[in-house]
Amino acid sequence: MKEIVVISGKGGTGKTSITAAFAMLAGTNAVISDCDVDAADMHLLLQPDFARSEDFYSGFKAEINQELCTKCGKCKQVCRFDAVHEIDNLYSIINLDCEGCGYCAEICPAKAIQMVEQNVGKWYISKIKTGTQMVHAKLGIGADNSGKLVAKVKKEAKNIAQESSKDFILVDGSPGIGCPVVSSLSGADYVIIVTEPTLPGFHDMKRVFELIQNFHLSAGCIINKHDVNTEISEKIIEFCTTNKIDIISKLPYDETFTAAMTQGKTILEFDDGEVKKILEHSWKKILLLTDHR
Amino acid sequence: MATTSKYSNAQNRSGEYMKIAIASGKGGTGKTTLATNLAHLLSQKCPVILADLDVEEPNSGFFIKGKKIQEKKVFRMIPNWDKEKCVLCGNCQRVCKFNAVIKLWEEVLVFNQLCHSCYACSELCPQNALPMKSYEVGKITEFEQNNLHFVEGKLNVGEEQAVPLIKETINFSEHNYPSDILRIFDAPPGTSCPVIEATKDADYIILITEPTPFGLHDMKLAVEVMRELKKDFGVVINRYGIGNDDAIQYCEDEKIPLLGKIPNMKKATEAYAKGELLSQALPEIRNAIEVIIKNLQVREVLL
Repeated sequence: MKEIVVISGKGGTGKTSITAAFAMLAGTNAVISDCDVDAADMHLLLQPDFARSEDFYSGFKAEINQELCTKCGKCKQVCRFDAVHEIDNLYSIINLDCEGCGYCAEICPAKAIQMVEQNVGKWYISKIKTGTQMVHAKLGIGADNSGKLVAKVKKEAKNIAQESSKDFILVDGSPGIGCPVVSSLSGADYVIIVTEPTLPGFHDMKRVFELIQNFHLSAGCIINKHDVNTEISEKIIEFCTTNKIDIISKLPYDETFTAAMTQGKTILEFDDGEVKKILEHSWKKILLLTDHR
Repeated sequence: MATTSKYSNAQNRSGEYMKIAIASGKGGTGKTTLATNLAHLLSQKCPVILADLDVEEPNSGFFIKGKKIQEKKVFRMIPNWDKEKCVLCGNCQRVCKFNAVIKLWEEVLVFNQLCHSCYACSELCPQNALPMKSYEVGKITEFEQNNLHFVEGKLNVGEEQAVPLIKETINFSEHNYPSDILRIFDAPPGTSCPVIEATKDADYIILITEPTPFGLHDMKLAVEVMRELKKDFGVVINRYGIGNDDAIQYCEDEKIPLLGKIPNMKKATEAYAKGELLSQALPEIRNAIEVIIKNLQVREVLL
């Protein structure tokens, strides 16, 4: 079983649309996992049935029991996050600022502070229109711990893939280089970077590649909208060649992606044109590239 | 465009000068485009501070090419094990809620990426064997272009936690300049802790989206976040013309002010690719940004 993770650095380069197309091509041979947990969109194209859903608990927030509080103020002194608020000698926790470190609870002489585990979102196992399963999630509003929810989604996807002997897990990652991305890279067999030939796109791709190198993972690159700037596109290819990143394909600027999305379809179900052929070819290439790794 | 010489002297309820954050939910919808063009146009009339808080992938610097004023490294504090003093009591491991400090047989290990710098293990160590030491997480660079002060936070690759650097970049933009200057924050994508950090102190939030199912879906999440934070906010639609009108309908139904629409143009993507400011390259985009400024004036976010 191979785990293939799709990331980009910069947002909006086409990760999800392209991953959903690969999900169609992989069919029942892959478990799909949407790890962009704080802005998950893949379900809009793959029509999951949300058959199983579970709450996700992670991290803590402090809570002060006013009846026990002796107003000594020690909690406020030790909190490095300015999360303890005092008005008129009444101490309370600002939830948004509390990191859940538990320092205040640890030192409270009256034992008036409790650490309460937080419900930070939900995760789902769904059947999708390709006939396979997808694990996805929804992070609670403004919640921390997106990295941990990503880890959970990946773990569940792996279990399903193992139980049902699938060949692939296809993971849609999030933008950036922070904890959810690091979490989605852990355990990956192959990373696909979807980039675009814009100065920000290239810059962000280089940063995300540096991160991939820290994990010693092999990577391939898809240049989306390659005709927007052929000069930068060439530079990306040069960068890939120098750094032994497989060049999987170049896709043209094409608003058909949006037209398909508007109907809740992947581009493969919508258009029989050039892009479909390139994507089919890309998936074949990915199969070859991951086969001997 | 207004005939007054200043836009930016609007004050919030506590009498401080306005801070406007630009956020989105979905990535790649035009946060940086709006932030840089808004900052650039406004700076022709009055001083503006633009802070790039998308520290994982900061991109505003491609469009604002100012003179570099200074660069400073940003550190956060993590515990450092002192083998000589340690008696291996294991208290550090017990108090750490993040599994960042682990006692293994004869050794205490600290995992920097898991540590939240709360100091609990360090200050509660009976032997003082975990003194806090600084550890570099990224840097803040300051640029100047006429009336536009640009502050960029950039996270070191490999550092997982964006929030401490976002906090530092905001602090820098607060304390390094006089208080009576308009501040514009270019926020990170998503709806989790980095976005909260970048928007929680702002007086007004502009959510920018694309009129597509992905854009709308993620905008709804961003709207929930702003309502949770009790923020005043409005919406800008970018790449107007692709997709459909569902996002506009949603704003109408939810009574969310629509501040403007930036037209979809392949030329805009091409100019963006090269690092050109769209309001300079394309009059259509300049007009669209000016409409947004006018609508911000109507709403008294700008005067």
